[in-house]
Amino acid sequence: MTTLHGPIDGAFDAATVNDLEPADLVLPDRVAGRMYTDPGIFEQEMSRIFERTWVWVAHESELPKAGSFKTTTVGRQPVIVARDRKGNINTMLNRCRHRGASVCEQRTGHANGFTCPYHAWSYGLDGKLRGLPYPDGYEGVMDKSGVALQRLRTESYGGMVFATFADEDELEPLEDFLGDVKLWIDRFMKQGGGYPIKVLGTHQFRFKGNWKIQLENTTDGYHFPIVHRSWMASVDAETAEMMSFMTDPAATTHDLGNGHSVMEMVPEHSDLDVDDGTEPLQERFADLVEALGAQGLDSGSVRRLVRAMHGTGFNLNLFPNVSMSISFLRVLRPISADETVIEHVALGPDGPPEIVDPVNRERLRIHEHFQGPFGFGTPDDAEGWDRVQRGAAAAPEMPIMVNRGLGREEPSPEGWPTSHVTDETGMRAAYGMWKRMMSDD
Amino acid sequence: MTEAATTLPAAGTLSITDPRVIRAIELVWREATLLDAKDYHAWEALYADDGIYVVPIDRDADSFDDRLNMVYDDARMRSMRVVRMTEGFAIAAVDAATTVRTVSRFVPTTVTDDEVSLKAAQILVAFKRGRHDFWAGDVDYVVRLGADAGADRLVRKVVRLIDAEGAVPAAGFLL
Ligand code: FES
Ligand SMILES: [Fe+2]
Repeated sequence: MTTLHGPIDGAFDAATVNDLEPADLVLPDRVAGRMYTDPGIFEQEMSRIFERTWVWVAHESELPKAGSFKTTTVGRQPVIVARDRKGNINTMLNRCRHRGASVCEQRTGHANGFTCPYHAWSYGLDGKLRGLPYPDGYEGVMDKSGVALQRLRTESYGGMVFATFADEDELEPLEDFLGDVKLWIDRFMKQGGGYPIKVLGTHQFRFKGNWKIQLENTTDGYHFPIVHRSWMASVDAETAEMMSFMTDPAATTHDLGNGHSVMEMVPEHSDLDVDDGTEPLQERFADLVEALGAQGLDSGSVRRLVRAMHGTGFNLNLFPNVSMSISFLRVLRPISADETVIEHVALGPDGPPEIVDPVNRERLRIHEHFQGPFGFGTPDDAEGWDRVQRGAAAAPEMPIMVNRGLGREEPSPEGWPTSHVTDETGMRAAYGMWKRMMSDD
Repeated sequence: MTEAATTLPAAGTLSITDPRVIRAIELVWREATLLDAKDYHAWEALYADDGIYVVPIDRDADSFDDRLNMVYDDARMRSMRVVRMTEGFAIAAVDAATTVRTVSRFVPTTVTDDEVSLKAAQILVAFKRGRHDFWAGDVDYVVRLGADAGADRLVRKVVRLIDAEGAVPAAGFLL
């Protein structure tokens, strides 16, 4: 058991808090409010965290074939993620090597390559400079064979694509960075019910608050029945019951290392392959069950798809920018100390249309019900986060408390520090990693 | 993108002075007023039972079943939404922005004794905690005409935000 700390004041001093190094703002059970508001800290987070670790950029289904691309950011830096003709996924800075123009402004699409609109330098899907107009001016000046869009290291696991500015000497391979997370990614992907997972669509919204408020929120079981009371009131009794983990001792959060954590809200759905057949399928899906049966699908396969309709039973939070949250991905993109863009990426099985289309129609409606700028859940979350940012402007020395459950945190049989799902174990894991990455040594 | 110009009827064929079109516009303005007033129960009553209210992400979309939308409400979802906006549990709705919207640039696209379709523009300004957010969009309306103006109902409203494919704020009000 971790030792308990003192009262919720006195850890930082108003006279000196602004002089402390960022790493000193994180204590085992609390962090200073200055971490949400200080633009200088934000700048250091971009260079020390977002440009030094694995940042999620895409799901492989977003890049189905040669020439598929999407644009996004790693930290604040704009990148293009593209699949080339060899099938490799490349992440490249979206910045022309001539005089700096962005070479692609479409969010997603399909292309043979990228031509800068300014002077028409053209780049391949792997970022190599293929051609430029009137090349005689570069004779004896520049050898174009060495010129390419800056490439980031790109690796994937379980369909999740990550990129980093860090080279091999500075950062371990993705699979080592993920460690025990890999088991949970494998479990998450089982919600395909026997099919692979694909992206169905993406909600995007912005809030005027620090990115770490959102990072905390994806592992905050404590807020659920309060902030999401409105959503709970609007769903059927079975779904409300499924999400009633507040007093379930089996619902726990594990610290998986490297800032990652998993919050098991519905432990009986953590591994969807484990099914003793006693759990009834939700009544609301009766028509779907019938429709899938009419397509000739056997009852076991139907059950697998329908039991996974709400996704898995957990939120898997990957430091620093993606949460694999029950049935969807929640991606955060830091804009400034007090602004963040969130993406809610809807997912569903990828298979024959006559099977997966009716399933995905239901999944889309479930996603719309909670997520997105007009969902029954997201706007209430955003209101809570807005309040945190506004409140944190008061007293930068006053701590943000992440001490809930410290007194009952114990190692699980796997050795993961574990506490109840309403506890702040996942936040402590993330802030531990933040402290490590923000330290000078 | 849907090119509005290609779907417009020939100039001079349909007019906003048509009494049936005037009824439809009056309903649209009534709806806008109720939404700014956050009178959601009265708002809900303006919709037909088979009416849909949609805020798509894809501005080109005309069918919404197989894609992700911001809002895709049938009567059931709409009535749950009204409960959410009014019952006092939803902290975003309790502390919602104050809104003022203008709906104009009306062009009727089909007019019969039963139904009027309109294209319009909506500009909405939302104010909350010192900030003004602007929400601009094209709106398509289909109004089913009843026995009298009091029986006219919305059967379709699709709000295509100019930044539908970008990141918008999370909202405690309706467009
Ligand atoms: S800036 Fe790109 S070609 Fe000149
Ligand atoms: Fe939430």
